[in-house]
Amino acid sequence: MSAPGKTGGGTERNEVALGIGFVVLAFACIALMVVDHRESHLERVRQVLSVAVHPIRVLVDLPVAAWESASHSLTARRELLEENERLRREQLNANFQLQRLATLETENARLRELLDSPAALDHRVLVAEILAVDLDPYRQRFNLNRGLANGVFVGQALLDANGVVGQIVEVGPFTAEAMAITDADHALPVRVNRNGLRTVAIGTGDNNRLRLPYLTNSADIEVGDLLVSSGLGGVFPLGYPVAHVLEVRLRPGQSFADVIAEPVSALDRDREVLLVWDTATETSAVEDPSLVSELQ
Amino acid sequence: MTLGMGNRIMPALSLLAALMLAAAPVPGWSASFRPEWVPVVLLFWSLVAPDRFGMLTAAGMGLALDVLTGALLGQHALALLLVVYLCQRFQPRIRVIPLAQLTLMIVALLALYEFVLFWVDGLAGRTVPFVDRWAPVLSSTAVWLLALAVLDRWRRVAHARI
Repeated sequence: MSAPGKTGGGTERNEVALGIGFVVLAFACIALMVVDHRESHLERVRQVLSVAVHPIRVLVDLPVAAWESASHSLTARRELLEENERLRREQLNANFQLQRLATLETENARLRELLDSPAALDHRVLVAEILAVDLDPYRQRFNLNRGLANGVFVGQALLDANGVVGQIVEVGPFTAEAMAITDADHALPVRVNRNGLRTVAIGTGDNNRLRLPYLTNSADIEVGDLLVSSGLGGVFPLGYPVAHVLEVRLRPGQSFADVIAEPVSALDRDREVLLVWDTATETSAVEDPSLVSELQ
Repeated sequence: MTLGMGNRIMPALSLLAALMLAAAPVPGWSASFRPEWVPVVLLFWSLVAPDRFGMLTAAGMGLALDVLTGALLGQHALALLLVVYLCQRFQPRIRVIPLAQLTLMIVALLALYEFVLFWVDGLAGRTVPFVDRWAPVLSSTAVWLLALAVLDRWRRVAHARI
C-alpha cells in the first residue's frame, strides 16, 4: 500500500485495496484456527514455527538461568554445609524407606505371581528443565527444554519429586509445552489411597487447588486423604501421589459434594520436572544417557 | 521520506522486544495485568510508517505470538490484523487528532483486541475468567503513552519525520 495523504481517487482505491487485503488475511487466520482446532494436520507447521520463535524463548529464559547459575556459584560456604547436612539427612531417610520398599516389592511380586497377574511396570525418566517463559496467565502451562529430539511425545506424563505435575500437550523439535494438572481444562483420574475410591480431579486455574466434583455426599472421603493417580485414562502411570484433600463440603440439597484438594507437587516452585516413559509402551527414543535413570 | 539505517533497526528491535516482554516471566499476582506489548508497539509503528508496517507484519507477529503462548494458531494473528486494519483505515484522520483523542482510540482498539482473543477462546471452548481479561487494556494504555514518549523521541533522533 502506498503512502497516505494522496488526492481523493488514490485514497479511495487505497482503502479498497486495504479492505480486500484485510478480508483475505482474516479469512486465512480463521481457516487456520478452524483447522488447528478441529484437526491435527498443523503439527508440522507448529513445529517449524516453534523453531522460528525458539531464540525468543532462549533470550527470555537467559536472565533467569544466568541469575540461577550465578547464585549457585556465589552461595556461601555455611549455606552449602547446611544444605549438605540437610541432604544427608534426607538421603538417610530415603534409604531407610527404600529398604522397606525392597522387601515390600519382593513380597508384592510373590503375591502377584500367586494371583497370576503381571508385575507392575518399570518407568524410565528424563529430567527436563522448565523454561522461564510465561504463557497465557489464564492457563497453567509452561515450556520445557526437551522436545522431539529427546523422544518426548504428546500425552506424556510429568512428575516431580513429590508427585504428578502435568502432561505434555505439544512438542516442538527442541521444546515441549506442558499443561499442569491445575489447568482449568485438565482432568486426571485419581484414586483415594485409603480405600481405593475412584474419581476425577479437575483443575481450577489456581495453581494450588484441584476440584473433585463427582463425589456424592455419601462418598467415603475425608480431609487429609491422599489421592494417587489411578492409571485409568492411560496417560499417567499408576500410583503416583497427586493431592491431599483439603476441604469436604457436603451439600445436602445437591447430589454431589464439594471437595477441594491441594496438589502435592510444588507446581509453582519447580524448576525441574521428570518426563516419564512407560517402558512397556516405549517408542524409540534418543536421549542423553547421563540424564536417564531408572525409577523403581 | 527516505528511511535511514537507524530507522530500520529500531522498529525491528522494538517489535522483537515486545515479543520477548510478552513471554517474560512476571510474579503471579501481576500476571493478569501484563500489558499487551505487541499490539501497542505494532500500532505505534503502523501509525508512524503505515506503508511499511501493515497487516502482513501484524499477521506475522500474531503467528509468532500464537506459537509462543501456545494459543490457537491464528488467534492473535486475527486480533492484531483487525486492530491494525482499523488503524490503517482511519490513519489519515488519526494522524491529525489531538493526543487525548488518540489515546482514547487506542484504548478502544486494545479493548477490541482483547475482545477478539476472548471471543475465540470462548468459541474454541477454552475456559477463561471474564473479569481478568480487561485489566491488560488499562496497563497497555499506560505502556502506549510510554511508547509514545520513548519511541517518538527515537524516531526524531533518527531524523526521519514522515
